[in-house]
Amino acid sequence: MTNMNLINWFRFASPQSFYPLAGKLVPLFWTLALLFGAAGLWVSFFVAPTDAQQGEGYRIIFVHVPASWMSMIIYLAMAFWAGLGLALNTRLSSMMAQALAPTGALMAALSLWTGAFWGKPMWGAWWVWDARLTSELILFFLYVGFIALQSAIDDPRRADKAGAILALIGVVNVPIIYFSVKWWNTLHQGSTINLTRAPSMAHTMLWGMLLMALAFWMYSIAVSLMRLRAIMLERERHTEWVKHALE
Amino acid sequence: MHWNSVGEFFAMGGYALYVWGSFGACALLLVAEPFLVRRRLNEVRRNLARERLAEALDHNMDHISR
Repeated sequence: MTNMNLINWFRFASPQSFYPLAGKLVPLFWTLALLFGAAGLWVSFFVAPTDAQQGEGYRIIFVHVPASWMSMIIYLAMAFWAGLGLALNTRLSSMMAQALAPTGALMAALSLWTGAFWGKPMWGAWWVWDARLTSELILFFLYVGFIALQSAIDDPRRADKAGAILALIGVVNVPIIYFSVKWWNTLHQGSTINLTRAPSMAHTMLWGMLLMALAFWMYSIAVSLMRLRAIMLERERHTEWVKHALE
Repeated sequence: MHWNSVGEFFAMGGYALYVWGSFGACALLLVAEPFLVRRRLNEVRRNLARERLAEALDHNMDHISR
């Protein structure tokens, strides 16, 4: 039985069988993203109470935290697939890494943007060279560097290898971002959610944030799978399966 | 619900610029990205279809000239 499962999973590891599967998954993840997004926005604006210290300004948390989480999660996923592609020389995993990078860069940009719009009213500055903010900016540059490096190398297999090395080296930055509020004395507030102690915020606020995080997560999967399909067709254009896939 | 009017909702307790500036940027980018990706996918499909048509035409022309 386990053997069967293993075989079935490996079957999807080739672009020709993953292309139609991804096509079926995309609408599913869009539906989930819209449902979680609608519920999350409702809680964010109509259920979660006004914050005692920050008034209505704190509501930025409902997009800031999900965007920041996704920027880190997508980076880990990207580095994982790029590393797998480097180690096993599998075409699909390198394409996955390539498909994730632009969405990760977008999430990092949104994290920085919404952070600036939160910092200005609360700290009085759009930007400070604080450990948390600086390491998130570095994450954004890592994404941009990965994309630029890959597009600068003509041979896709060599581009995959160079990108994978960059992605793997950059992984050290993710724990730095995560723990920066603990390791350094920063202006940025501590983690909103902590694994070891109960969250220090109202339950409805927490729910709003989790729903929005799920919406961002489903969105990221949907849009990356769409991009992955485009990349698969571009890179495998001379193969037989692409000819059949378009019929 | 804690908003007494639509105006109060949009004012966000004086934080309108910051709250809507954040949510607005997210809405804009999260709509633009899938739109651009969809366009890219359609473009690839169109180009591939065109290539195949060109190949088929070449093939036919070879037959005619022979």
